[in-house]
Amino acid sequence: MSPGAITYQALFYLFAAGIVFSGLRVITARNPVHSALFLVLALVNAAILWVQMGAEFLGIILVLVYVGAVMVMFLFVVMMLDINAATMRKGMTRYAPLGLIISGLIAAEIGWALWGHYLGIANTPHTAVAPAGISNTEELGRALYTHYIYVFEIAAVILLLGIISAIVLTLRWRPNTRRQDINQQLRVHKTSDHMRLVDLRDNSRGRKES
Amino acid sequence: MIGLYHYLGLGAVVFAVAVAGMFINRKNMILLLMCVELMLLAVNINFIAFSRFSGNISGQVFVFFILTVAAAEAAVGLAILVVLFRNRNSINVSEINHLKG
Amino acid sequence: MEAILLVILLGPLAASAVILLGGEYFGRRVAHTLAISAVFISFVLSLYVLYQGIWGGMGRIEQTLYVWGFGGPYQFTLGFLIDRLSALMMAIVTFVSFAVHVYTIGYMADDSGYKRFFGYIALFTFSMLLLVMADNFLQLFIGWELVGLVSYLLIGFYLKKESAIFAGLKAFIVNRVGDFGFFIGIATVLYFAGSLNYETVFSQAGLIAGKHIWITSHLAVSGATLIGILLFVGAMGKSAQIPLHIWLPDSMEGPTPISALIHAATMVTAGVYMVARMSPIYSHSLLAMTLVMVVGASGAFFLGLVGIVQTDIKRVIAYSTISQLGYMTAALGAGAYAGGIFHLMTHASFKALLFLGAGSVIIALHHEQDMRKMGGLWKRMPITYITFWAGSLALIGFPGFAGYFSKDAIIDAIAHSVTPGAGYAYWMVLLGVLVTTLYTFRMIFLTFHGKPRMDAHTWEHVKESPWVVTFPLILLAIPSVFLGGIALGPLDYGNFFGTSIVNRIGDNPLSLGAADFHGAWQFFLQGFTTPAFYLILTGIAITWVCYIWKPGLPAALRRRFWPIAVVLERKFFFDEIFIGGIARSGRELGTFLWRFIDAGIIDGLVVNGTARLVGASSRVIRRLQTGYLYHYAFVMVVGLAVMVGWLIWR
Repeated sequence: MSPGAITYQALFYLFAAGIVFSGLRVITARNPVHSALFLVLALVNAAILWVQMGAEFLGIILVLVYVGAVMVMFLFVVMMLDINAATMRKGMTRYAPLGLIISGLIAAEIGWALWGHYLGIANTPHTAVAPAGISNTEELGRALYTHYIYVFEIAAVILLLGIISAIVLTLRWRPNTRRQDINQQLRVHKTSDHMRLVDLRDNSRGRKES
Repeated sequence: MIGLYHYLGLGAVVFAVAVAGMFINRKNMILLLMCVELMLLAVNINFIAFSRFSGNISGQVFVFFILTVAAAEAAVGLAILVVLFRNRNSINVSEINHLKG
Repeated sequence: MEAILLVILLGPLAASAVILLGGEYFGRRVAHTLAISAVFISFVLSLYVLYQGIWGGMGRIEQTLYVWGFGGPYQFTLGFLIDRLSALMMAIVTFVSFAVHVYTIGYMADDSGYKRFFGYIALFTFSMLLLVMADNFLQLFIGWELVGLVSYLLIGFYLKKESAIFAGLKAFIVNRVGDFGFFIGIATVLYFAGSLNYETVFSQAGLIAGKHIWITSHLAVSGATLIGILLFVGAMGKSAQIPLHIWLPDSMEGPTPISALIHAATMVTAGVYMVARMSPIYSHSLLAMTLVMVVGASGAFFLGLVGIVQTDIKRVIAYSTISQLGYMTAALGAGAYAGGIFHLMTHASFKALLFLGAGSVIIALHHEQDMRKMGGLWKRMPITYITFWAGSLALIGFPGFAGYFSKDAIIDAIAHSVTPGAGYAYWMVLLGVLVTTLYTFRMIFLTFHGKPRMDAHTWEHVKESPWVVTFPLILLAIPSVFLGGIALGPLDYGNFFGTSIVNRIGDNPLSLGAADFHGAWQFFLQGFTTPAFYLILTGIAITWVCYIWKPGLPAALRRRFWPIAVVLERKFFFDEIFIGGIARSGRELGTFLWRFIDAGIIDGLVVNGTARLVGASSRVIRRLQTGYLYHYAFVMVVGLAVMVGWLIWR
């Protein structure tokens, strides 16, 4: 076994262990902030594994988008909301055995599937196919902008939807703020609607009464 | 030599950890969301491994889309969470059962 | 010729459609002008067709206009069959219809449903013409049903009067019973002949008579008998024969013009016309003919008796209609088809005349129909009085009037008939003459003679009706007096209908009597020597004694012979049997089915039971919906585990 292969193997085990460890910490940490930070760690480890597999672009994206944006948003929300962690943890251990059984069952099933060569996995080559002569980013780009172009557009729409819905959901209309009502502005039809004369002398008193 | 099975095994373990996390942290909605992210990560690892070992770029394209959708999902989910907290002053899942039949 | 026939048929339909659909856009004058002109044109053209048929050598027109359906090997068409028989019927229908249309202007003058009424009677004329002009059974059936429908609409014309609604329903339902038989009859025709076209069916009449349907292993019925009896069930309904006559007296709830149009001249004659038209089939079945004759003759006598005790002037005429229809039917059964049609023709004119005369009296007395509150009207209403006399004399068959020729020919024909049961039928129709005289003169004496019995105020206002009412009376009085003598020779003894009416050889009683026939004048003179004439005289004498000379006598007689009076006043209990017996048990069966089968099993067990099952199981399953997020997550994860397991171990 060549030294390169040994290094590769060692690095894989190191980062795989890192993912599993931080994953366990995510679900067991007492403080949600710690959980979020461990999730960041897990993601970074995964990104390294991806890069190791030759998926450089996705690895970078994972760090940039996930760690840089999504996880920051998680942290932001966790810190913004005043969460009483104590009540949250109440009864935590009660369901832990059941959780372990179910997750163990799922892991066993997947392991069995891998072991038993189900689902056509055996047909997949066990050694990595060498990348084509072009870079991973270019390869991904070619696939995205040719074969998957419509799906790509739809993904863009989904992101837009996410933006709009997040804004709409969290937008607050306070009753006393003065703001432009674009709907009302557009609804003007008659010339008499364009301008309204307001009697300024009674303005302050009128507002108090209303 | 590290083969496909190693990566698939890693994915299975991470997924199982996430499932266990859903049971342990069943009352904290933020942690539930994080567990979902962890599950997606496990799936993504599998996808990239398959992509690499069968020499097909489509797997990575799927990961790309999964990341997109997951980002949008996280945004909307957190927005809902914020609204929920604003209205009920808590994100304790055990206090929310409006959909009870 | 085809164009003329189409105009005759479709003119009234067009008028009716315009009036009924667009009535609110124009006035009464437009409505009645439209209807009357359409019917008048039909009348004139029908006369032309009849003229062509008699003198113009038109022969027999058989024309298919339109094929509107195929069903397997069968073809369903619309078309015309015009021969002397249908031409004569067309003339009668349009003539009476025209008279009634004119009369309606006066009679319905203050009615709010004026335009609707005109729409209906024009539609009625169309339906009757469709029936008469048909060249196949299906078209006959369409016309037949349309006539039934319009009669329902017209009898129940006074929408807000409960008894009128009941009468309309009764007429409709009783007719349905008849039509049921009729429809099965048509189906039987299709089964035996494989066609519904008259020509095709009649040309196979002998074959049909030869085929049999085995009811039990020993009892077989020939096709002709089966068809004859079933079709006659339909005729019973339409032509008000025992036992399906019960709708006709009640139908007097409708306006009087309708009584004249439907229940005297057209609708009720449909059955008679139909049987005459089917003579090729009937002549092959002695059994069916016997049934027809016995039913007709019984109706002629027994239902005439009921007329004697009626107090409503229109009901008296209604029972006389049933009785006279009995004469026609008996004549058909005896094989004297031409005699039946001849009586139908004379009857149409004098019965319409009587109805319209009664209507005239009713208007004069402000819609009073009870004869006990009439009397002495003859001085105030001379035209009505004279024409009413003419109609009455024609009805009783007084020598010289139209009814005499037709009725005496029928009595004569039945006497000569070879149909089994002719002896019984002969006595029935002969005694029927006495009965007819009794109720007719009772009606005349009570209405026009004696002391006025209405209150003084009404009596002050009695005056002759306007010309639109009296004109049709005069118009109808002319044929009531003269038609019989003119038409007797050719119609009854002159083979007028040619091949349209078929008798077996030696089976036409009219041709047997033809040897003794030496012209209408001779026939008229013979009239004073027949037993029927003496029965008429006896009847007149009895009624004169009872209602003019000693007006207290009928009441005394009623006290003495009360069982008979009760039976007659209750109309032989037909209504009680039908409504209280058959209809009620039907209702009770329906109630049973409703309560137990429908409400109990279907609604309770199947419909509501399903709902209750769903509801109960939902109440249980609902508990699964706790609303807690982690429960759903739990179920999803477990589901995932199960699914993966299934994928692996399947």
